[in-house]
Amino acid sequence: MEVDVEPEVPDAGSGAGTFRAAPRDGEDGYISENAVASAGFAQRVKALATTAPLHDLDARKAQVQAADYSVYQMAELALHAIDLVTIAMDFDAGAHPDAVLRDLAARVAAQAPDRTSREHARVASWILENLLNVGSADRGFRTVYGVAGPDGYDRRTFDFKLLEETRGADGELYLRASNEAVNVLVGALEVDLEAAHIAADVRLDILIKRGRLNEAQAAAQNARYRTIQYGEMLRQRLDATSRDVRNVDWAEAMPAFIDEALAHIIERYRAENAILVNLTEVRDTADTASRKAQAARLVEVVRDCLRRHDQLQAGLQTAGRRFRVEQDRQTFALAPMRAALDLHAQLLQPVLARPVAEADVALLRFFSPAAGLVVPHALRLADLFDGLITPPAERDTLGEVVEDLDLDVDEEPARFPDASYEHLEALLDLDPAAPQRLSGLLADARARQDADPQAKDLPLLVVVRVLALAAQEIGVARRHRDPTVLMAVDDGTVLDDPDFAGADLLVARAEVVQTAAAEALPDPTKTDENEEGAA
Amino acid sequence: MSPTSQTTASSVGAVADASRLVAFALRPKQRPARDEGYAELVRRYRDDDGFAELVKAVCLGLDLVVLDVDERHGLVVASTDDSVFAVRMTEYARRTGGEGKAHERVLHALAHLGAATLAYPRPADLSNPAYVGRVSVNGVEAFVREACRHLSDAAVEAGDDLDPSADAPDLEAAWRVYQRRAATPGSGDGRRVASSTIGMVAKALTFLADQGMLTRRSDDDGGTYATTSRYRVQVAEAGSRMFAELLALGITEITDGTGTLTHVEWTEKDVSLL
Repeated sequence: MEVDVEPEVPDAGSGAGTFRAAPRDGEDGYISENAVASAGFAQRVKALATTAPLHDLDARKAQVQAADYSVYQMAELALHAIDLVTIAMDFDAGAHPDAVLRDLAARVAAQAPDRTSREHARVASWILENLLNVGSADRGFRTVYGVAGPDGYDRRTFDFKLLEETRGADGELYLRASNEAVNVLVGALEVDLEAAHIAADVRLDILIKRGRLNEAQAAAQNARYRTIQYGEMLRQRLDATSRDVRNVDWAEAMPAFIDEALAHIIERYRAENAILVNLTEVRDTADTASRKAQAARLVEVVRDCLRRHDQLQAGLQTAGRRFRVEQDRQTFALAPMRAALDLHAQLLQPVLARPVAEADVALLRFFSPAAGLVVPHALRLADLFDGLITPPAERDTLGEVVEDLDLDVDEEPARFPDASYEHLEALLDLDPAAPQRLSGLLADARARQDADPQAKDLPLLVVVRVLALAAQEIGVARRHRDPTVLMAVDDGTVLDDPDFAGADLLVARAEVVQTAAAEALPDPTKTDENEEGAA
Repeated sequence: MSPTSQTTASSVGAVADASRLVAFALRPKQRPARDEGYAELVRRYRDDDGFAELVKAVCLGLDLVVLDVDERHGLVVASTDDSVFAVRMTEYARRTGGEGKAHERVLHALAHLGAATLAYPRPADLSNPAYVGRVSVNGVEAFVREACRHLSDAAVEAGDDLDPSADAPDLEAAWRVYQRRAATPGSGDGRRVASSTIGMVAKALTFLADQGMLTRRSDDDGGTYATTSRYRVQVAEAGSRMFAELLALGITEITDGTGTLTHVEWTEKDVSLL
């Protein structure tokens, strides 16, 4: 899944190249150019190229077969992903992939809340894998850009990464954002890091002094990104040492670099502390709540910068010791010198071409060390003997006798007392010829309730029973050979009652007439032969 | 053994400690970062030459070879052929229901070699301790199958695309065996069949994950895994042993170290499988 950004950038390059094809200063109305502009141009093209993988996500989202991803704004989510990784990583460890995926999935969910959380997780991992560019061999992106020089148009390739998977010192898998990725966030060109760092702090300072907290927010974030970027550069240098001390020139270049970095950090530390003092003052004297909150957020960001600087300083101060330890380790440890093996060309392809008998021998040489170890079970004779003479536990095929448990019957108390049910029977024992209104029944019920202190909630019981019985099927009544069936018909009259609302139903008892056909064929499913005496 | 004054003082205790470090190595999922005792033994191995010699002697007695010692993965040892700790292919393959024949063995070993090749596609990756490879079940299967397809195309082009002799099945080329085996024969209910190549690769990757050489990342593509630093050490060792074997047979060549993987062409279908 190599993201091919090539078609886009040469266009930008050659498009600009048309008016600079002939570098004849000032002549013939050509707009003049100089070397500085050219260098700046290359930087701008590169800055543009680093965003290409992000746009590419939006371009490719419609091609995903698994689901419809077109509702998601992939470039935005990718920026979020880089942001999450960048903020989470510090000098010691990177961002934990699971945490990043979880936070990213939350942002995905915000874009399409009606989709399933499973899909949100899939989108999040799709974005992360594309930013890592998992499918490609070198896990990176490549673009071609051109610069017009004295010898004509000169094409160069620019390789970059956005996110990287690395293993931390504890063997856990971490994500780290690259320099280019942070540049994408800052929205800036490739520049000298220290200068950019100073500039970001100065800008933040001025904005705070002028009380423009809104803009200061962005500037503070910018300063933080620069801090992270700077820390990342230091970390990479120091890591190179622990991989192989010979990578790094510890005689001159590295001590000079560390001195410079320490000086830079101390300076930044002072500057940011000054900013923090100003900022706390702004926060404490802020007149509105929102301004106070804004200032408080800024304080948090600047504190984070200071914390990172502390960490960097500690890292730099121990760098010398780390070098000496690594030097001891690497110089005196016996490192088995292994030639770089090309597994594909030197092992896989040749072995596939061999007859099975030969391939078998060679592949077994690979399999055993590559598969690791098995630890055989060590059995003591004493244990084996014990195991063998122990009689097998007697097990009844039917299992143990099931004990009858002494259970207390915990019956739910009846909702309505028995007296109420007796009254209900009397109430609903209607004459088939004389249907009644529900309101009449309710009035009757209330009268009976007042007369009998045992009866409770009788009106409610009447309503429940009328609604339940009225819904009963005629088939059941016929099967049971009931003489009558209770019916309720809504004729549009509205019930006027203090406790109940709805239609004032006509409640009637209808006679079930067993026809001759039903007698002969007592099929409960055939109800249409019943003659219903509707009210 | 060349015991220094440090180890002679309490040589019995030192042997116990050395054996304990080897015991840690036999539990590949244990890591020094998680166990202070392990970390202490690793430091001692580094700092105390006498102790390191003792550990190597213990390993020698157990038919093991020390490959690497590191704070990340601890002590990594490999078995020699006679070691009781060696994973035997007959044991490994028998459990899948195969008959332990050469064809079956070759397929299982190819699954392992394919996983290693896809995890470290370039020579530089295998020598870079910070490199984290990523493999998936479907990816490894498609990768090996594609390599077989290339050899098949080459055979057709060279005109020696003769069907293998029925009398000598062991003379059949390995790629034919792989190509003939179905990737996923239908099991009716969508489960993997252990004798399919997908099933074999899945078994290989699960086995490696149990050995602490891979860590499972997700269920995508039949199971996606990331490599650990231990796997790199073991693959490098396994690769060099196999290389020596191939060299003895005279069937491999020395390359310039730039890697050849770019020559493999990927079809749209293969890419979508990744």
